[in-house]
Amino acid sequence: MTERYDVLIVGAGPAGLAAAQTAASRGARVGLIDAQARAGGQVWRHDVRRTAPRAAREAIAALRSVELLTNHQVVAAEPSALRVETQQGSSLLSYTSLILATGARELLLPFPGWTLPGVTGAGGMQALVKQGWPIAGKRVVIAGSGPLLLAAAATLRAHGARLQGIYEQAPVARVHAFARQLLRWPARATQAVALRAQLAGVPYRFGTFVRSAHGEAALRTVDIEGPHGTTRLDCDLLAVGYGLVPNVELAQLLGCATVQRSAHPQVQVDPSLRTSVAGIYAAGEANGIGGLAVARLEGAIAGHMAVGDTAAANLLLPRRDKARGFAELLATHFSLDPRLHQLADAQTLICRCEDVTLGELDGFSDARAAKLATRCGMGACQGRICGTVLAELGRFSRSGSRPPLFPARLATLAGAATFPLPTISTEVADHE
Amino acid sequence: MKAAAASYDLIVVGAGIVGAACADAASADGLRVAIVEPGPIGGGATAAAMGHLVAMDDDPAELALSRYSLQQWEAFADLKEAEFSRCGTLWVARGDAELAAASTRATRLAAAGVEAHVLDANTLYELEPALAPGMSGGMLVPREAVVYPPRVARYLVQRAQSRGAQLYAGRRVNALPRGGAQLDDGSTLSGPVLVATGCALPALLPQLPMRGRKGHLVITERYPNLLRHQLLELGYADSAHGDADSSVAFNVQPRPTGQILIGSSREFSATDAAVSPAMLQRMLERCFAFIPTLRQLQAVRAWTGFRPTTPDGRPYLGAVPGGTNQWVAAGHEGLGVTTALGSARLLLDLIQGREPAIDPTPYAPSRMAA
Ligand SMILES: Cc1cc2nc3c(=O)[nH]c(=O)nc-3n(C[C@H](O)[C@@H](O)[C@H](O)COP(=O)(O)OP(=O)(O)OC[C@H]3O[C@@H](n4cnc5c(N)ncnc54)[C@H](O)[C@@H]3O)c2cc1C
Ligand SMILES: Cc1cc2nc3c(=O)[nH]c(=O)nc-3n(C[C@H](O)[C@H](O)[C@H](O)COP(=O)(O)OP(=O)(O)OC[C@H]3O[C@@H](n4cnc5c(N)ncnc54)[C@H](O)[C@@H]3O)c2cc1C
Repeated sequence: MTERYDVLIVGAGPAGLAAAQTAASRGARVGLIDAQARAGGQVWRHDVRRTAPRAAREAIAALRSVELLTNHQVVAAEPSALRVETQQGSSLLSYTSLILATGARELLLPFPGWTLPGVTGAGGMQALVKQGWPIAGKRVVIAGSGPLLLAAAATLRAHGARLQGIYEQAPVARVHAFARQLLRWPARATQAVALRAQLAGVPYRFGTFVRSAHGEAALRTVDIEGPHGTTRLDCDLLAVGYGLVPNVELAQLLGCATVQRSAHPQVQVDPSLRTSVAGIYAAGEANGIGGLAVARLEGAIAGHMAVGDTAAANLLLPRRDKARGFAELLATHFSLDPRLHQLADAQTLICRCEDVTLGELDGFSDARAAKLATRCGMGACQGRICGTVLAELGRFSRSGSRPPLFPARLATLAGAATFPLPTISTEVADHE
Repeated sequence: MKAAAASYDLIVVGAGIVGAACADAASADGLRVAIVEPGPIGGGATAAAMGHLVAMDDDPAELALSRYSLQQWEAFADLKEAEFSRCGTLWVARGDAELAAASTRATRLAAAGVEAHVLDANTLYELEPALAPGMSGGMLVPREAVVYPPRVARYLVQRAQSRGAQLYAGRRVNALPRGGAQLDDGSTLSGPVLVATGCALPALLPQLPMRGRKGHLVITERYPNLLRHQLLELGYADSAHGDADSSVAFNVQPRPTGQILIGSSREFSATDAAVSPAMLQRMLERCFAFIPTLRQLQAVRAWTGFRPTTPDGRPYLGAVPGGTNQWVAAGHEGLGVTTALGSARLLLDLIQGREPAIDPTPYAPSRMAA
């Protein structure tokens, strides 16, 4: 079963939503794919308790003629078509133009105890809580880096978490410098002030980071390293995130070139968001972390480009460039303290799928050699977590992606339109 | 100033499973060995292979070499790195003609000293309840096993190194001047050369034709106890040894991790490494016909590899035609993991002037010069 679209968009976050609206307003048949149950992406993720921001509601309402394909996971690429999987089956969606708005994921850094139950990413915990995961009354420590910590903290607090503190690794001088620069982006400044107001009374410390987490079966305490030494805090949960990393796996599978501005690749695009493959565009975080404003503008630019209106796209370029400037500001002011790369010890698990420790990876300078010898990166996440960690630690960069993009039923890879039977659940075998 | 070329008794070019086995055997013989490998050890065809240790019996020469090698694999049965799992091979018959073929094959294997039993349909389903209804029976080869080839290659290289072998990691041999090998950093090693570069053989030895025969594999998440044996269809040899430009066969393996590894496809004309959705579909459909529940399993990765294939399907093992002090061990097609150990022994016997345990004539590279 093949469905044909003029413009197919992967990712229904702010970038994908803007792209869909723009392309559809020009009369194109547009499909907007997202693996999640609802549109919104990371920032505008549906919250069971709170109404969505107005911009999000408007962006979703504006979809009208767009076919919104939620609960659709892209698992493989075929010539001018994507294979998608749903609960019921799989299908092939073909396109004339494709827009990659695949966003970013959280950067997690390993430290002793980071795999204890109770330790999650900051964005990860925010997402869980928005979906209704109970957090009321729990003592939560938030740590890591960047303004996203504040956003996560505000959500957790609104859902009843008892915040023990927010521990930002960037030193106080750099955060203050950032705040002064923020005045050039008034919308951002207002947002920041509002967030701080919501977090009144919660300690916000700079130049501090989680050195280790402790507990038997689950988290009990964390050690926070600060300018005045180490302090131990009791807590039930630790939410720790060190910023974002672009999701480039689909782009790589499609043969789109990537570039490396940091330890991590991002999709290579020209100023009008064309990737290296004709007919494929990329917008938003996939092209480098830029935030909400960049995502919306780039979505619109890509939407215009995908229907061939270069002139309309060009009109938006100056605003996009200014918004990208904000991203530069973030990157410089929240750059990571090199000590964060030294926290994991030889026993710290790096590959959580296959139980490979950092010590076992000593002596390897190539992802492929390490994988063949230790199984690091061979599990269900295919190196999304460990490969990113190892690149960040400066060990070696991740190797390219192979299908399926995410674990997918064999029936899907065989092109089956419907699944005859429910999926067999896996039992993880004991292994050392 | 030019440094004197380092000198060795044997320079092994390529550290796939074949080169690694040769380096190991040569160092065990007391030779001073160099190993040159530009990529990860076992990172070529060896990393893509299923790792099934299997006696193929339709060509007497192949049977002799695989049987000889299988005996040597027994020494690795307890080695952690080998991930050796004696799951046995279960050949499945569809229809009476295939069942009749099973009994011919069982007789032939038994004659060569490989234990094999013909099974009726009831026994087949007792052994593997997940098989689709309607199978006629099969053949069980109970002593066969599966291993994890790239780690074995790494182990063999490390064992050779522990006996003094020198690994030139990240180096490639660019040319074979008389009396040695020239590396890509401009340096030269002197001594007899053994070329074990698999599909890349013609780059160094253009007189020995070689093609890459592409194969696809898919691995799943963990489903312990779903299958117990390496399963193949009795028609497998038609795919493996047929000349069709592309073919697929049911070939499914339970890994010691509980994962299911699914093959196999063969293509001659495909040259790029990308996974082909069409080929994958064909291969999976074939496997679903034998094990319908496979449809429901979660796949984590699909990949491809190239089997080094000679015009007559037999490896080149012996002296390079027209060369002096040049040897070759390459072209093991879809059986090189199985036959690497026997190939290495055979070659070392030839190099050292000993009488090989099996007749080397069918593998003599000189057959191509004729
Ligand atoms: C017995 C056995 C069990 C295995 N089990 C697992 C397992 O459980 N999980 C697992 O993940 N792997 C498993 N593998 C496969 C293993 O990951 C790979 O080592 C194997 O080398 C082949 O995979 P690959 O070709 O994807 O190689 P990789 O080692 O990933 O290298 C891939 C290279 O190809 C490039 N590439 C990526 N996409 C394309 C493309 N479309 N076209 C061309 N080049 C591309 C990449 O950039 C990269 O350089 C297993 C292998 C064996 C032998
Ligand atoms: C999909 C698939 C499934 C398979 N399943 C099985 C199985 O179940 N059982 C089995 O027995 N066999 C199997 N095989 C076959 C087996 O993988 C091969 O026969 C075997 O790995 C060949 O080993 P090799 O060392 O000759 O080649 P390779 O592993 O390719 O090694 C050659 C090495 O030479 C190096 N090299 C190349 N050029 C140079 C140079 N100029 N200088 C230095 N080094 C160089 C390469 O980097 C490479 O590492 C399978 C193969 C495939 C593709």
